[in-house]
Amino acid sequence: MSGGHSSYTPNTGIEKWIDARLPLPRLVYDSFVAYPVPRNLNYAYAFGGILAIMLVSQILTGVVLAMHYAADTGLAFNSVEKIMRDVNSGWLLRYLHANGASMFFLAVYVHIFRGLYYGSYKAPRELLWILGVIILLLMMATAFMGYVLPWGQMSFWGATVITGFFTAFPIIGDPIQQLLLGGFAVDNPTLNRFFSLHYLLPFMIAGVVVLHVWALHVTGQTNPTGIEVKSKTDTVAFTPYATVKDAFGLCLFFILFAYFVFYLPNFMGHPDNYIPADSLKTPAHIVPEWYFLPFYAMLRAITFNIGPINSKLGGVLTMFGSIAVLFIVPWLDTSKVRSAVYRPWYKLFFWLFVANAIMLGWLGSRPAEGLYVIFSQLGTAYYFGFFVVLMPLLGLIETPRRLPNSITEAVLAKNKSGGQPVGIAAAPETKG
Amino acid sequence: MKKILLGLAAAGLGTLLAFGGAYAAEEEGHNAAEPTHFPIKKPAELDWTFAGPFGHYDKQQLQRGLKIYKEVCSACHSMNLVAFRSLEELGYTEAQVKAFAAEYEVPDAPNADGEIVNRKAIPADHFPSPYANAQAAAAANGGAVPPDFSLIAKARAVERGFPLFLADIFTQYQEGGPDYIHALLTGFGETPPEGMQIPEGTHYNPYFIAAKSLAMAQPLQDGQVTYDDGSPQTLDQYSKDISAFLMWAAEPHLEDRKKTGFRVMVFLVLFAGLVYVAKRRIWSDVEH
Repeated sequence: MSGGHSSYTPNTGIEKWIDARLPLPRLVYDSFVAYPVPRNLNYAYAFGGILAIMLVSQILTGVVLAMHYAADTGLAFNSVEKIMRDVNSGWLLRYLHANGASMFFLAVYVHIFRGLYYGSYKAPRELLWILGVIILLLMMATAFMGYVLPWGQMSFWGATVITGFFTAFPIIGDPIQQLLLGGFAVDNPTLNRFFSLHYLLPFMIAGVVVLHVWALHVTGQTNPTGIEVKSKTDTVAFTPYATVKDAFGLCLFFILFAYFVFYLPNFMGHPDNYIPADSLKTPAHIVPEWYFLPFYAMLRAITFNIGPINSKLGGVLTMFGSIAVLFIVPWLDTSKVRSAVYRPWYKLFFWLFVANAIMLGWLGSRPAEGLYVIFSQLGTAYYFGFFVVLMPLLGLIETPRRLPNSITEAVLAKNKSGGQPVGIAAAPETKG
Repeated sequence: MKKILLGLAAAGLGTLLAFGGAYAAEEEGHNAAEPTHFPIKKPAELDWTFAGPFGHYDKQQLQRGLKIYKEVCSACHSMNLVAFRSLEELGYTEAQVKAFAAEYEVPDAPNADGEIVNRKAIPADHFPSPYANAQAAAAANGGAVPPDFSLIAKARAVERGFPLFLADIFTQYQEGGPDYIHALLTGFGETPPEGMQIPEGTHYNPYFIAAKSLAMAQPLQDGQVTYDDGSPQTLDQYSKDISAFLMWAAEPHLEDRKKTGFRVMVFLVLFAGLVYVAKRRIWSDVEH
């Protein structure tokens, strides 16, 4: 879509002067003002913009927090408490940053689920999707290292457990772990390098976000019908239409964010992280942050050996595999139809997948014993089964509902029926 | 939209059923004499002045809590992140804080001869530790180091479990720490269930978060601390007051946070309303 010619016309002398030398205003105008977006986008499509704002928010609060933080095992815990008690509005900065991480993940999971629901990963948007998965991986690394910085009990033991995963790999495992730790156990070198990387990775995320947005602007956005834009009547200009809609979505998201920051700032955290790290005292249950819990549950679900692969390596491979499988989703889905709106069976299994992910999250917070393990195993099987079995299979056997001919037709048909979902083209999901 | 909601409902229901099954599985197989999950009893939820969106500290109560800390707890428990100067937030004047700090001694910087002598504490100092180091603290307490009290009200909370933790989002329940401290302090003196072995030198308390018994004996009794504001001198009242005080010590900016939060919420809701109206007008000429 952006293959079209630019519609930017510099009016004043200074605009013409700049445009002839560095057409940055033209780029911004074409990307965020004149850029055509499908007219039927719903609020699920606001999360891309929300995520961009959250990244900026995390970087801004993080830069100021770093001015007061000391990356030293003897000082880190108390320096964070100094921020909470003595730095002007330090409590606000720190709660914004800590809860911001949770909100960031909440938004990214909605964003990913939206992509899975509307088939946003399908050709020609495979690279767009893959760049997104890379961002997710970078976010996970950043969040994990950030959680280590306050140097509480969960910081320390979380770092110990997660870096310990790498020892499961034969031969290369131990050297990798020692490289990550900067020694043989989690200690000052670990904290120092985690701080360094925690400061670096967000800027790498920002770089990949630029590629992600670039790829988006080449292929254009998907929409709830999954039908490509065919004519000018299918789209509206990004500004003011998408801008104001995204702004409203962002306002609602900020209300949720502020609710947690001001009224439940420690809801997402673990009480043990208010205890200074102690290498001699292991907490009763070591649990990661909530946004890692589904993956943690899958890690612990592998309690058995598979041939030469012992249960530890099996668990680690399962956990890494749960992200790795996302990379090949565009080629696992064999369906000709993009959107779940027209795929009754896929829709059902998609919502089961969502329920399963939530269940795995809860199981990740439970001790690995008894029925929890069996549920985790079932959940893990469904997680992978959804991608590896259901996605290829459904595309071959499912009979999709009839698609409207265009976005415009879908929108007009819906509105003619008074907003009531009647008939095939009146997909209620197109309701903004 | 309706279908999305229906889908969500179905997803929620499925998850709920799975949760229920797993939860029931956890609950069965409990042995009263040899429990494996702690605490044995969940703490009661009390009414705290600092709970909820308009929560605030009761300064009288904090002052009583400080008295208990000073006269009882501080014999073993340090509170090394709290500075004397912050006691002004409890309603004391600068002079009172100065006098209070002067009752404590802290090690001074090395003098001209290189010796370290103690001096009277000033408001900028933090509460000194009752022990020289962790080893001394452990040696004096049968091997268990009494935890520092600066953050104890945020560092202890009994897990709420499903579905209570979801309800907590709407009730804004953040008082697990004070509830736990109160339950622990009032939970001594119960008779352990038949057949339960209590290790020597420890004290049974079904509310203790980590085991069936702990090294600390019951620290507070009825009438132990004299109140000068006429509040009841009971164990229950003492426990509430010290819990509130420790919440303040752990989260001194709680009132500020909630007040700021109210202004932020009002602004965001009004602003969201305006943006929504703008959105309606802009989209009014486009069917979507």
